[in-house]
Amino acid sequence: MELTTKKLPASVGKWGMILTIVGAVMAGAAFAVDTHRAMFGYLWMYMFLISIGVGSLALVALEYLVGANWSTPFRRVSEFLSAIVVLLAVLVIPLLFGMHDLFHWTHADAVASDPILLGKEPYLNTPFFIARTGIMILIWVVFYFLFTRNSRKQDITKDPALTTQNIKYSAAFAILFILTISFAAIDWMMSLEPHWFSTMFGVYYFAGTLVAAISVAAYVSVNLNEGGYFGFKVDYEKYYSFGTLMFAFNVFWTYIAFSQYMLIWYADIPEETFWFMNRMEGTWIYFSLGLIFIHFVIPFLILLPRSAKTNPKLVTFMAMWLLYAHAYDLYWIIMPTYFKDGFVFSWNELGFLILAFGIIALVFNYMAGKFNLVPVGDPKLERGLYFHLN
Amino acid sequence: MINKILNFFKEYNARKDEEPRSGKLYAISALFNTPNEIMNAATEVADKGYRRFDTFTPYPVHRLDQAMGITKPLVGPIAFAGGMLGCFLTLLMIWWMSDADYPNIIGGKPFFSLPPAIPITFEGTVLLTGIATVIGMLVLLNKLPKINNPLNDTEFMKHVSSDKFGIVIGANDKQFSESEIRSLFESMGAHDIQNIYYRESNLTNKTPIFDSKFIATLIAVAGLTALISYFTLNVVLYDVVPFDWMRHQEKINSQSPSDFFQNKSGMRMPVEGTVARGFMPYEYKGMPDSSVKQLANPLPADSKILERGQDRYNVFCSPCHGYFGDGDGRLNEQFPKPPSLHNNKVINWTDGNLYHVLTNGQNVMPSYESQISRDDRWAIVHYIRALQRAKNAKEQDLPK
Repeated sequence: MELTTKKLPASVGKWGMILTIVGAVMAGAAFAVDTHRAMFGYLWMYMFLISIGVGSLALVALEYLVGANWSTPFRRVSEFLSAIVVLLAVLVIPLLFGMHDLFHWTHADAVASDPILLGKEPYLNTPFFIARTGIMILIWVVFYFLFTRNSRKQDITKDPALTTQNIKYSAAFAILFILTISFAAIDWMMSLEPHWFSTMFGVYYFAGTLVAAISVAAYVSVNLNEGGYFGFKVDYEKYYSFGTLMFAFNVFWTYIAFSQYMLIWYADIPEETFWFMNRMEGTWIYFSLGLIFIHFVIPFLILLPRSAKTNPKLVTFMAMWLLYAHAYDLYWIIMPTYFKDGFVFSWNELGFLILAFGIIALVFNYMAGKFNLVPVGDPKLERGLYFHLN
Repeated sequence: MINKILNFFKEYNARKDEEPRSGKLYAISALFNTPNEIMNAATEVADKGYRRFDTFTPYPVHRLDQAMGITKPLVGPIAFAGGMLGCFLTLLMIWWMSDADYPNIIGGKPFFSLPPAIPITFEGTVLLTGIATVIGMLVLLNKLPKINNPLNDTEFMKHVSSDKFGIVIGANDKQFSESEIRSLFESMGAHDIQNIYYRESNLTNKTPIFDSKFIATLIAVAGLTALISYFTLNVVLYDVVPFDWMRHQEKINSQSPSDFFQNKSGMRMPVEGTVARGFMPYEYKGMPDSSVKQLANPLPADSKILERGQDRYNVFCSPCHGYFGDGDGRLNEQFPKPPSLHNNKVINWTDGNLYHVLTNGQNVMPSYESQISRDDRWAIVHYIRALQRAKNAKEQDLPK
């Protein structure tokens, strides 16, 4: 089958550029005004990009691993977005320089007089931390190239053996993804409060990345399909799958978030509860309550009926909603370490969010200009195009 | 044996199949081979304006409801309403059990709070959603009590539950016309177009749920189940302890022996000098009266305390000292007569002296420390003061 895909409209690149420049200027100003505060904003942006980039890579692996057909026509969307992992290797550098601002456990004098930090010192020390970060990013980048190289080669050779090879890579990446994303969560966000203990934090962030990745894939795919950029038009059952997965991953996130809260609430041990107590102090309590509604109650009720999951306008709206909800969630995790009395949100933080969206748009636009928007050589594509739920 | 049973059912079903059909037409049925054909058939029949028709498929075919023109299925809202009701009722139940009816402190938590209630609320929501879906679909929408549909036991039904896709247009449709429908089905490529007639029993218009045989069977099954449950639980399993790890624990109960300690007693003596709660030792124990002059009554002399003092005085003091402190108690002649509490010596005593005598004893009077609590002793002191004042009342003591 021959497919002729349209070029993306110029506005995507234009808006990506505008967002990136505006965001970068604001972020630069934030660094100039208050480096310590801007460091937290930067970490927030970085974690958001990890969610999108690594999460998208995980979706690609998931499709290969479970042999899904319905998503094959849209797989390139997730592949393009996962190119962000290459950028992560560059964007991590400012964070490494700002570790002293971010992490209490990098202060040698504080660690020396603190039995808990002293106990965690074999894990939480600067050289090992940098080594772990390097290994994690290396794993992501290596698998990104393994997957996309085979996928692009298949466009020309149409060799089904490449799919088989990618399935094998996916099996390995499934394990490595869960490990690396847990370590990323523990290293970059949980260790902001080095005294805290929680055995569920890795899963919590893992659930969040899946919500973000499926949401951004749904937003881009549905919009491109409605605009006819794929060169084919699939019917609403694909939207139904996007809507259902968004709903399912979001409920999974809620399940994990609630489990973490309830276990800590029940045990009532001071070294665990203080993390939540911090998020109930001052105006943070309203922010925390907002998380329940923005990340669970409202999306749950809106996405519940079948008619909502098949409505392209509503699916894209809810995809954007959940993307912001994930950013909200990350803000809730990261920022209370800096703003202890109550939440603050001003241009200092806003710049980083704008920058994150600009980077995502630019990366997607660049990749879409360079590579095929549809995996034309994939043996599963035909089945994906004529996919029916029954 | 098994073959016999199977044969019995086979014969029974065969007899059912032979049940005579009346001449009254129920519907016209048609069979198709593929899901796409049934999809087109449903769309076309709906477009032609038929309303009383239904489709049957051996497995769920998505969007068939839309093809049939059912744009707003009712099952979803019914399930949602059931779920919300379950959510609300479960929360109410937990609140009622743990806060209103039988409040228990567990782990220092509030009687009712959301976190521990949510898992159960989730279960309750899912449960009632499921029940509402089943009842809503089978009873409200499919009208369950009508269990002997004329379609049962037809070749059509056998096919659509295994390998074919079927459509049925009811004779009660406004536009019903046998020849038109037959030609419509034929034009769509259907095979095996059949007229389905009512059974004789369908026309008698009896609801089989109220059939006397059905009700008798129901009662018999219920009775048998109850009987078996009773014998299983109360006779067969009566002595079997299902779970007693909490009753028999690896620990030493009070009053039980133990080889661990040298004196073979499981219980331990308290450390020397231990003071029990509410039993502060009396600091002037065994000292002469003169040393306690400074001790003041810590209780206020209000009506509540005085009533308590009177009560305790009448129980513990009046047998010897008499109800009014005159030394003419009921034990007179059997026990040495105590002096009156209204002599000058006692009137001039401080409260501390009185308390000292109550606590420490005096002459033949024993110590009452172990019988009367500290507060009660002080209440008695107040009451004795009241008795003394009553004996020597002045004019201003009279109520106005």
